[in-house]
Amino acid sequence: MIRSLLPTMLQFLLHGLTVLLLPPLIPGLIAKTKALMAGRKGPPVFQLYYDLAKLARKQAVFSRTTTWVFLAGPVGGVAAGLAASSLVPFGHTPAPVSFEGDVILFAYLFGLARFLTILSALDTGSSFEGMGAAREATFSALAEPALFLGFAALAKATSSLSLGTMLAFPGTLTARFTGPLILVLAGWAIVYLTENSRIPVDDPNTHLELTMIHEVMVLDHSGRPLALVLYGASLKLLVLGALILTPALPRAPHAWQNWLAFYAALAGLALGVGLVESSMARFRMTKVPQFLVAGVLATGFAFLLMLV
Amino acid sequence: MSADLPILRNGQSLPLREVPEFPVGDFRDIILRRIQEGDRLACLCADVDLHLYAVLADDAGHALRVLRARLDAPRYPALTPDCPQAHLFEREIAEQSGIIPEGHPWLKPVRFHLPWNGAPDPWRRGGVPVPGVADFFRVEGEEVHEVAVGPVHAGVIEPGHFRFQCHGERVFHLEIALGYQHRGVEKALLGGPHPLSLKQAETACGDSSIAHAWAYCRVLEGLAGFQVPARVDLVRGVALELERVANHVGDLGALSGDVGFLPTASFCGRIRGDWLNLSAEGCGSRLGRDWLRPGGLRQELEPALAARMRPRLERAWADTKDAVELLWGAASVMIRFEAAGRVDSDQARAIGLVGVAARACGLGRDVRHDHPFGPYGERPIPVAQAESGNVHSRAWVRWLEAGASSGFLSTALTALADSAATPKPAPLPPLAPVQLCVSLTEGWRGEVLHLAWTDAQGRFARYKIVDPSFHNWFGLALALRGEQVSDFPLCNKSFNLSYCGHDL
Repeated sequence: MIRSLLPTMLQFLLHGLTVLLLPPLIPGLIAKTKALMAGRKGPPVFQLYYDLAKLARKQAVFSRTTTWVFLAGPVGGVAAGLAASSLVPFGHTPAPVSFEGDVILFAYLFGLARFLTILSALDTGSSFEGMGAAREATFSALAEPALFLGFAALAKATSSLSLGTMLAFPGTLTARFTGPLILVLAGWAIVYLTENSRIPVDDPNTHLELTMIHEVMVLDHSGRPLALVLYGASLKLLVLGALILTPALPRAPHAWQNWLAFYAALAGLALGVGLVESSMARFRMTKVPQFLVAGVLATGFAFLLMLV
Repeated sequence: MSADLPILRNGQSLPLREVPEFPVGDFRDIILRRIQEGDRLACLCADVDLHLYAVLADDAGHALRVLRARLDAPRYPALTPDCPQAHLFEREIAEQSGIIPEGHPWLKPVRFHLPWNGAPDPWRRGGVPVPGVADFFRVEGEEVHEVAVGPVHAGVIEPGHFRFQCHGERVFHLEIALGYQHRGVEKALLGGPHPLSLKQAETACGDSSIAHAWAYCRVLEGLAGFQVPARVDLVRGVALELERVANHVGDLGALSGDVGFLPTASFCGRIRGDWLNLSAEGCGSRLGRDWLRPGGLRQELEPALAARMRPRLERAWADTKDAVELLWGAASVMIRFEAAGRVDSDQARAIGLVGVAARACGLGRDVRHDHPFGPYGERPIPVAQAESGNVHSRAWVRWLEAGASSGFLSTALTALADSAATPKPAPLPPLAPVQLCVSLTEGWRGEVLHLAWTDAQGRFARYKIVDPSFHNWFGLALALRGEQVSDFPLCNKSFNLSYCGHDL
């Protein structure tokens, strides 16, 4: 009993440490990729850790028009992200918490985080933040069907509603499921770029308040709440990254190999996001829904193919 | 009647008494008729004792015409309802001299200061005016919302206030309120030239230092009846074209950055530095500050230096080409550029756009071609043009101009390397009294106009500066009609107008 429990405990510990410590590295890797592609040296990969340390020592400034709702965004964002992270397996290692139907909880924890972020943006009374909130709500409403149709396809293939089983799917991969799986991952890649406010949907580096989506909603945050916002955003990169990487990863016989494969794939994902951002411009905002509908169609077809 | 107007060439001066004076009714008629015939209202201003002055530019005829009107009372029927080009000029007149253009459809302050001549405040504000405090155009309706941006922005840029009337993401109307950078340049120049006047003129708009300094120098040279040696003119041309290429390259990079296309944005950021460094090589200042002096140059461009600059120029141009061609090759960039910010040529003509913004709408307006000055008569530069009037056209015109300018620079530097430096010129003779001079240069944004006349002692009785931004800001407002509010930054960058050049 002890002998079988210990490795699992260690795995959960590693899972927790990964969630707490690793996320800020991902934006660093993306930024480094972009810098190298553009012929610059770029900021160090650990820049976000330094930023977080700096912000943690700073006081926050609150506008007189804001209430406690303004703080609910950053706090709720991180809390929901942490809760969701415990539901998702990192590569072929079991998730700490797993039950039938956890997939719904997973999706709506992010929904809750978004809801709180939008509320906290509206709480400032600023017209930009209102505009950003409207854009975020519109685009996430279109991204959600893509996420769920992907879940539906995987649920059909694995006859399960638990993320752990659904995402472990390639372990039982047969040729019949390869096509649908690729479609699901393609659709989710679009969701990934949208949810994480990356080019071509949003530009995380822009200083132009009228074109921002996610960034404009957090313009008024400072100090520790801003640190939470930044950490929460990087956490989302990790957790949603695990969602789209796990089904694509082959299962290895040893746990340490699975972990290594996961970390390597995560670095590869950051590299991929960096390459996309380096090679294309942002879409015009009116084009973004079309892009998202493409994601819905991809996952929708995957689901149909699973049905036949 | 208008046939009698004396023709002035760019940089020529004429005794003030020879400037034809009309009753205000005739003054208006002449201006309206000439504008209908294709002239442009290059400048409209008032002096401190109830005179209106207008400069009409006949681009096809390479001629400038100046006329004035004497008012009996501080009011006259506004030109703006019949001639939208006069819109901002008439607001400026009301603000500077308290003369009311009656029937002006949108008479608001421009820079938020009290009249210079102690005339009563046309807006009866009481006390010192606060920039930006005025009525704004509003669209009413339940679904309409207002977005106010600035004067403090999310990036480190100049202050300006933009008021959008939006329906969702669609812009019905944009109103631009500037004036936060008002320093009183024109007022400071009164009674000049002072020792600081050159500095004040070239910092009227700091990124167009050469264009403004050159216009200022030519005003003084025109009023003093001084002819600059041809080699000096060529060096000034080199200075102006270096300024143009540096800014165009910077703008192309910034446009690329605004749509999130990183390669060109990063490369152009560095390459702009290479062009600025060429200016620094020539005069010690990256922005060309203090390179020009009335009557000559502070620092001659020695033949040996010109020879050294040439290979650096070729390298900078090769790098520029590599970086910018990436931009034209990216479909995701082209679709953004082509979809945004259209101004058609009729609108452009009506509101009197100048420079890059006008040429992007198919109006071939270029002072270097229409009213040649300095070296451009002998070494003409082709007028770059595009037809669509959108962001892409404005970017494309910049690109064509950067190419043409670098060609000019290459031959000019060769010529300078082969000719001995001119000896230091004699000091400028005193300015002729009661004389008027109009001087135009083509800065990288467009036409820079300096108009001055002297009093009986040969000091400036009035010094008027018109930066191209003054003509073009309204173009940006038109470009946003019916567009997505999220495309505003891109449109704004494609015009890249100056706040301080407008605010003076």
